[in-house]
Order: sequence, then structure tokens, then C-alpha cells
Amino acid sequence: MSIQSEDVLKIAHLARLGIEPEQVESYASDLSNIMVLVEQMNQVDTSDIEPMAHPLDQSQRLRADVVLETNQRDVLQENAPAIEDGLFLVPRVID
Amino acid sequence: MYNKSLKELSASLRSKEVSSVELSQYFLARIKHFDGELNSVITSNEEVALSTAQQADKIIASGEGGLLTGIPLLHKDIFCTQGLRTSCGSKMLDNFVAPYTATAVNKLELAGAVMLGKTNMDEFAMGSSNETSFYGGVKNPWDLETVPGGSSGGSAAAVAARLAPLASGTDTGGSIRQPAAFCGITGIKPTYGRVSRYGMIAFASSLDQGGAMAKSAEDAAIMLQAMSGFDEKDSTSVDKPMDDLLAGLGDSIKGLRVGLPKEFFTEELDVDIREKVEAAVDALKSAGAIIKEISLPNINLSVPAYYVVAPAECSANLSRFDGVRFGHRCESPKDLEDLYKRSRGEGFGNEVKRRVMMGAYVLSAGYYDAYYKKAQQVRRLIKQDFVDAFKEVDVIASATAPSVAFTSGEKKDDPVSMYLSDIFTIGVNLAGLPAMSVPCGFVDKKPVGMQLIGNYFEESRLLNVGHQYQQLTDWHLAVPTGYEQEA
Amino acid sequence: MQWETVIGLEIHAQLATKSKIFSSASTAYGAEPNTQACAVDLGLPGTLPVLNEQAVRFAVKFGLAIGAHIAPFSVFARKNYFYPDLPKGYQTSQFDKPIVGLGQLDIEVDGDTKTIGVTRAHLEEDAGKSLHEDYHGMTGIDLNRAGTPLLEIVSEPDMRSAAEAVAYVKKLHTLVQYLGICDGNMQEGSFRCDVNVSVRPVGQDEFGTRAEIKNLNSFRFIEKAIAHEVERQIDVIESGAKVVQETRLYDANKDETRSMRSKEEANDYRYFPCPDLLPVAITSALLDEMRDSLPELPAAKKQRFKQQYGLNGYDSEVLTTQRAMADYYEDAVNFSDGEAKLVANWVMGELSAALNQHNIEIVSSPVSAERLGGLVKRIADQTISGKIAKQVLELMWSSEHSADELIEREGLKQISDTGELEKMIDQLMADNIDQVEQFRAGKTKMIGFFVGQLMKQTQGKANPQELNKLLQSKLKG
Repeated sequence: MSIQSEDVLKIAHLARLGIEPEQVESYASDLSNIMVLVEQMNQVDTSDIEPMAHPLDQSQRLRADVVLETNQRDVLQENAPAIEDGLFLVPRVID
Repeated sequence: MYNKSLKELSASLRSKEVSSVELSQYFLARIKHFDGELNSVITSNEEVALSTAQQADKIIASGEGGLLTGIPLLHKDIFCTQGLRTSCGSKMLDNFVAPYTATAVNKLELAGAVMLGKTNMDEFAMGSSNETSFYGGVKNPWDLETVPGGSSGGSAAAVAARLAPLASGTDTGGSIRQPAAFCGITGIKPTYGRVSRYGMIAFASSLDQGGAMAKSAEDAAIMLQAMSGFDEKDSTSVDKPMDDLLAGLGDSIKGLRVGLPKEFFTEELDVDIREKVEAAVDALKSAGAIIKEISLPNINLSVPAYYVVAPAECSANLSRFDGVRFGHRCESPKDLEDLYKRSRGEGFGNEVKRRVMMGAYVLSAGYYDAYYKKAQQVRRLIKQDFVDAFKEVDVIASATAPSVAFTSGEKKDDPVSMYLSDIFTIGVNLAGLPAMSVPCGFVDKKPVGMQLIGNYFEESRLLNVGHQYQQLTDWHLAVPTGYEQEA
Repeated sequence: MQWETVIGLEIHAQLATKSKIFSSASTAYGAEPNTQACAVDLGLPGTLPVLNEQAVRFAVKFGLAIGAHIAPFSVFARKNYFYPDLPKGYQTSQFDKPIVGLGQLDIEVDGDTKTIGVTRAHLEEDAGKSLHEDYHGMTGIDLNRAGTPLLEIVSEPDMRSAAEAVAYVKKLHTLVQYLGICDGNMQEGSFRCDVNVSVRPVGQDEFGTRAEIKNLNSFRFIEKAIAHEVERQIDVIESGAKVVQETRLYDANKDETRSMRSKEEANDYRYFPCPDLLPVAITSALLDEMRDSLPELPAAKKQRFKQQYGLNGYDSEVLTTQRAMADYYEDAVNFSDGEAKLVANWVMGELSAALNQHNIEIVSSPVSAERLGGLVKRIADQTISGKIAKQVLELMWSSEHSADELIEREGLKQISDTGELEKMIDQLMADNIDQVEQFRAGKTKMIGFFVGQLMKQTQGKANPQELNKLLQSKLKG
């Protein structure tokens, strides 16, 4: 499947990635080349094969319902670019 | 001093021939002296390291501690270290200081190791040449014109140049083994779930696995033993005790069944490399191993499947870098969308963007079944091939990479050819198996690595084979020209 | 044209766990912003989720209570979208393999029982909150709620009126509280409701285009929002236009729904299995344990109340709507030595009124079931009258004393001593010859005058039945 410039713009938006307009073409061509590689998968029939999401056949371990965390807000917000009154600030959200 | 084994270094510390502080200063001096041109270490931990070393010296003086007490090492900058920047090789995290320490780092700290600093890497571990790092590429100490491999290229180059006896790495598609091969060192990626992923910044969660990079299988065994183990903070961590890795090293490999996958010995493999690997296999044979040709019929689909699974997982894993709670944030965003797009657009490099977009694409409406589901199905076929193979053999041997270290810039603008440099390593990650790379010679004065793949949870056997091979050969003791001198 | 309304509901019940679904941070409501958001909740790099056992148990419990299939393996997926209250850029939620499969729930509307299908129920994490107060033109993000476990319960489009929808929501609301898996607090958002509404001409098989109304947090709003939306859709169709599939918001102040245009953009959530979490296995041992731990459910309890206590349908319904009230009632009946009907009247009447007035939940009632039972016992054995009992209840409200202690202390015991009452009646008749004559001349209503006078004299303590009997016979002469 060849990926066009408009596909690049669509997925860049889905992934909220700002990309330079002059790079759109080259991303389209890179991604198209990768798709050629990826589509080699079609050489094999997998119709009866159960998809595999994890390398090991294990099931989820469960954690006891106990509160272990204490308030670490100050430490956890040290990396935050904009905070006030303990809140993370972002440009106005309109619902 | 720099070429001493871990056991020897530990003995020197015990005998007071050298203190941990002196040893740490010694390697810090080597870093200062040699790393200017290599660019393998991007953050120094000098001050804290020396005080940790002092503590280690006290422990040693009291007769306590173990083989790693007081031993300096480096950590790949993908492992979170409380109080010391963790950048993951990205502008996105140029200012990020994690408020916690990765479990694997913690375990090594508890074993007494002294962290000297953090090593350079491909941005978010996405790359096979270390050229995608925000902090610039790393040079291969064997040939400064070439790349050290990636993504754990900083760790590999640092150990190769003897800037530290040990370094941690992570391996999602070959990121420990390929740079180990390119730099002529020993690197092991254990079975998925052996080393906790907690605090290790995720690239592709179902493939990522931390591991050890060292001069020898013996040193790697000591390091891996300390850094692995069950962690209740990681749901995918395996609650299964690790064998005593050191104890198993001396076992004879007489009767060991070694499989050579015919799919890995084709014309894609450089003939000179093939020769070196075959010579290494002959060495194993001379030690009593039985060599068999095997087949992994679907292994040629591992790169295609990987470039669906890994981007899909990474596209979601990297969504948290949004400029809101940590990480790079663009100047005066005009609205929310602008905040997201510019922060991420500025914070991520091209390869990361490529993979994030690739992942968003294969998961998007209408394409899931054709790409993502298909890749998951192929993944099972690849795993099944390995499971079947391990009914016949104990370990699988191949070249680690199809070529020796390539020239910097050579593949930078050709992602597909870059991706294909991992054709022998990627299948292992899809299956979750343990595998290692050991140096097995040189082609054009550049190191060649032999990959050994083990069955699930058989790290002990793998390291045993690697160690026995290193008893017969001394490729692993070779030091790149210029780095044999003292700092 | 006759129109039929079709309604399906999605309910988000916050599970009453102590810690979050994937972290060990507290879920307590109302803390200072971001003080209960730990590194995992903030999605800091390298952090990983580990699933809360209790959330799984609660989901299984719910599934069993609605007779649903419990999946032996269920899978968490990532739902990808960017929003500031969603720290990881994806919500961890179950998608194509939910923990609870098809089940059902019976509702009653106007005396008719109807079965509503529950398509599925799945576990997921809640998001944080955006605070829109002005921070220099910015929005503040509080992630305390991020990671709180939710059970999303999705119904079939089986409801045909707002009344049915409300009955279904109330039924679920009661059920989750009975099971102890959700506190049901709608104000605090512990029980939230999204409604899918469409209309179609009566007799048509295909469904009309639906609109989703988000985040309704009271039964009344659900009813009003549906009523409004149905009217709007009919207007749209009758005017020749088409209903648009969209998300709408109910504005309680204006009593109308409006389109959430800002969220119109087509979402492509790119669901895929979360690689940080493994399939959740439900063993048969856990199923058995959960089955054994199920409490008596509302419908069964209501039936039992009718039979065991001889209550009518209405009383049984009211008393079993809240598990706490049912438990209180049964305790009080025990302490009253089995005065089931009388206790029902008192719990639903005086006690509920007092609790409502003081805005107190029955679990924290100042008058315990034991003390109320003791009070009712004294009404039943005629130690006090109902009227006096109300006084005693008031005294009990503000003290720790039993009914008996208060009756004794305040001297509120009824006068049932016929000798004493006869003496008082004789005296009263002697003082009011005229009224006696009027009575005897046929003006029988005059008996009220004598009752009133005697009650006044005894401060209401005269046993009314006894008094009546004696008066009747004495006045008749």
C-alpha cells in the first residue's frame, strides 16, 4: 500500500505530530517503502492462526487493593512545564 | 586494569590493591580522556559515584558485599535514575529527571555497583546505528568512521573502549546484540520478563527487554544475575527464579546440540562474516558440540512483522509525551492542538516520528486486520518455529548482524536498509527468547559477532556456551587500537 | 405519525475500591488537586500498570448478579486519543474481550415486568478533570480521578420510554449498591449515565439514527433529557430533516440538549491489546467464591419481604430499594418481637422523614434498629400510644436511651388502669351533666368532647381503646 501525502497529514494529526510541510513528501515515501517491507507478510496464510500479543503465555497477576502511595505532588510536578495551585496548566480547553 | 575481568577486579578490591573510589576515578578518567571523540556517555554521575564508591569501600572493608560491590558501570539512558537526568536520547526528555529509579538499576545498586553515568542511545531506542540520538551519534572505537550499532550503541562503545567494565542495555529488536557485535563485546538479552521493565522507558512493551553488556560471558553473567528477577511493579515480569548463572559457566558443552538455521546462512550474509561464524561453530564442535542444520521457515517475515508490532506499540507508548506533565513543551502554545503538535513535533526526531506515524497508520480504522492482526499472527508462526526448533537443538547459532559496522551516514536516509541490519536478531524479540552476541573475529579490522539463541529461561545454558567459547578463543579480549593505553 | 422511542444506556459505575485500578494511589473523593495522582497515574515514563484484584472481583460479582457470562479470559486494550485529562494519551479499557458478557435485568413499570438485556460490562480507568476556572486564560488539570476503576455497563436498546430507562437505571443503581461494588453517589459522579436515544415510526423494524446524551447525573435529568431529545428528534424528522448521529449534552438549566460540536471530529481510537497487561484469567474457584459471596438481591428480597413479613408490594419495594434500609428494617422487626407491619410504617414514615430532614443516611441513623424496635414493641403492647411514640422518637434522636428508659423517665406510660380511668370518667360526667344529656339524647358525637377532656387531663397518656370502651358504656348509662 503506497502512502500519500494526505495519509501522512491524516496520521500526523491522529498522532498529534507537527511536521514541516516540506517533509511530508519524504515521510510519504519512507512510509511507503516500509509498507512494501511490511507487506511481505502476505506471503503466508495466517487465517487459522490466533494472534499473539505477548511472547509468553501468562495471565495477568493481580495486586491487592491496598493504598500504598502518599502525596508526592511536589516531587512529581518538578518536571512539569506549567503548574499553578497544584494543577497542570494547558491552553484553554473548550468542551 | 581496564581489561581485568570482573572477578579479577573484585579480587583487587578485596585485597585492597585498589579501592572502589580509585577504580571509579580510574574509569571516570578514561571517560574524560577517550569519550570526547566517542560520545558514548552523555551524563556523568561523578559526584554521586564517588560517594557510592566510598560506601562500597566500607562494605568491602567489613568483609561484606559481593562480586559487584564497588564495581563501576554505566547505564543506558533509557533507565530512569532518580536525581540524574534520563533523556532517552531525546530532546523531548532533555530536562527530565525521574523521581524514581528503574528496578534493574536499583538491583544493581543494591548489589553494590557504582553508576558512573548514562550512555548515549538512539532516540527512544529507535535505531540501529545510534545516529538518531538528540545528543549526536556515537563513534565505534574500532573505527571512528563507523557506527557502533544501536540502539545501545553508547553502552557498547563504552565497554569496547574499556570506559567501564559493564554497561546496561535494552533490546527490542537487537539493540543489545547488534551493537555488541559491532563493538566486539559480549551482550545478552534474557528471556522476556526476566529483567523488570519498571522505570525502563518503553519503546515497544511486548518486545523490550533489559540486559547486560560486558567484555565477556562471565562478566555478563554476573551482571545479568544481579539485574534480573521478579518485580511486582511490572505485570509482565516473570516470577521464576533465575539459575545460578556463574555456577553453570564451567559445564562441558560435550553433546550440546547446536542448530544452524539455513535461513540465516544465505547470500544476504556477508561471506567473510559467514566464514568467521562457521569457524566459531567449528570451535564449539571441537569442544564436543553436535552441529545440526535446522529451519525457521517463517523467520524471513520477522522484520516485516516487527515493523508493524513495534511501531504500533510505540505510537501509543509515546503519546504520554505531550508537553503537559513533563518533557519538552513548545513556546506559548496558542491552543491545545498547537501545544500537542509543536511540543511533539519539536521534541521528537525524524525516526521517532516515522515510527509513531507508522504505528498510528497500521492501527487506524480499516487497516487493523490487514496489518496489526496479521503481524500478531505471523508473530505466533515465528514463535512456533523456534519452539519446534528447540525440540531438536539446545541452542541456535548464527551471525548477529549481516555485516560489520557500517559507515556513519551510510544508511541514515534509508530506513528500510537500516531495518534490515536487524534481520537475524528481530525474530528473537518477537518470540521473547534469550539470546546473546559474542565476538568471533574480525573482518576488515571490524569485529564480528556470533549470535547464540537459547530456549525460554535457559540463560544459564547460553552463557555457558558463550563462556566455553571464550575459553577456546580470545576475540573478546581484543581492545581497539588507541584504547589500550592508560588515560 | 405515531412514533416509538428506542433507548439504550451506558452506565459508568465507579467501583468502590480503596486504590486505583492500575496503581496503589487512593481513590478517595475530594482531595486537594493532584495529591492522589502517583507516578503511574500521571503516566510518567517507565511506569507500568498492575491490575487491582478487587476491581476484577467486583466486575465478576456484578456479572453473576445479572446472570451474565463471565469471560474466562478478558483483555485490556488501549483506546488512543489526546486530551489533557488523559495522561498516557490512551485510556486502558476493555474492548473486544470484556470481562462480563450478555446478561439481563428485570424492571417494573406500571406493574408490568420487562426484561432488559445487558450487552456487556467492562473494566476501564477513569480520566482526570479539567478545571475551567480561569488560570490566565489556561485550564487546570487535576488527575486525582485518573485511574479510578470504572465498570461500564452497556444495555441493549431494549427500552421504549423514559420511564423504562429510569426504571432500568434505578434498578442498576440499587443493584450495584447491594453488591457493595459502587457507592452510587451520583453527585460525586460515582454513577454516571450516557443515554442513546432514537425514534422510529411505530411498526418499523430498523432503528432510527441515534444521538448520545452524555453524563446525566440524576434520575430526573435522565427522564427530562430523554423527553426533550425525543421531542427534538420527532420535530427534526417531521420537518423533513434527518437526525444526525452525534453526541449531545443536556443542559439542566435550560432543560435542553445541545450538540457537542467541538467533539464532532471523527474519532479513530486505534484500539489494540495493551502490551503492559496480560489477559485476565477468571478461575472457576474465583467464580465459586464470588457466587457464594453474592448477597440476597433486591428482587429476591422484595419477594421474601412480602411472604415473610406479610407486606404489600409497595412497602416491600420501598424497604428493599436500599440494602441498608432493608437490613435496618429486618433488625428492627427482630427487636420489636416481630411487629413487621408496624415497624414498616415507622421506618418508612417517621424515621425516614426525620432522616430526610437531617439529611442523614439510614446507616448512620441516630436511632438504631434496636432502639426503634424497642419503641415499636411498646406501641404494640399498648404501653404508649402512637402519638406519644412520636415524642419518644424525638427524645431518642438526641439521646442514647432506649424507649423504655425514656417512657419511664418522662412518665409517658399509658393509663390503662380501668379503675383509675373510671374514677376520672365519673368525675368528668358529674362536672358536665349537660353534655351527658346531649349524648344520651342521640348526639353521639359528644363522645369526642369527653375523650378530649380526658386526654388533656392525662396529657395524652390514657389508653385510647380502653378509654373509648369505658366512655361508651358509662355514657350510655
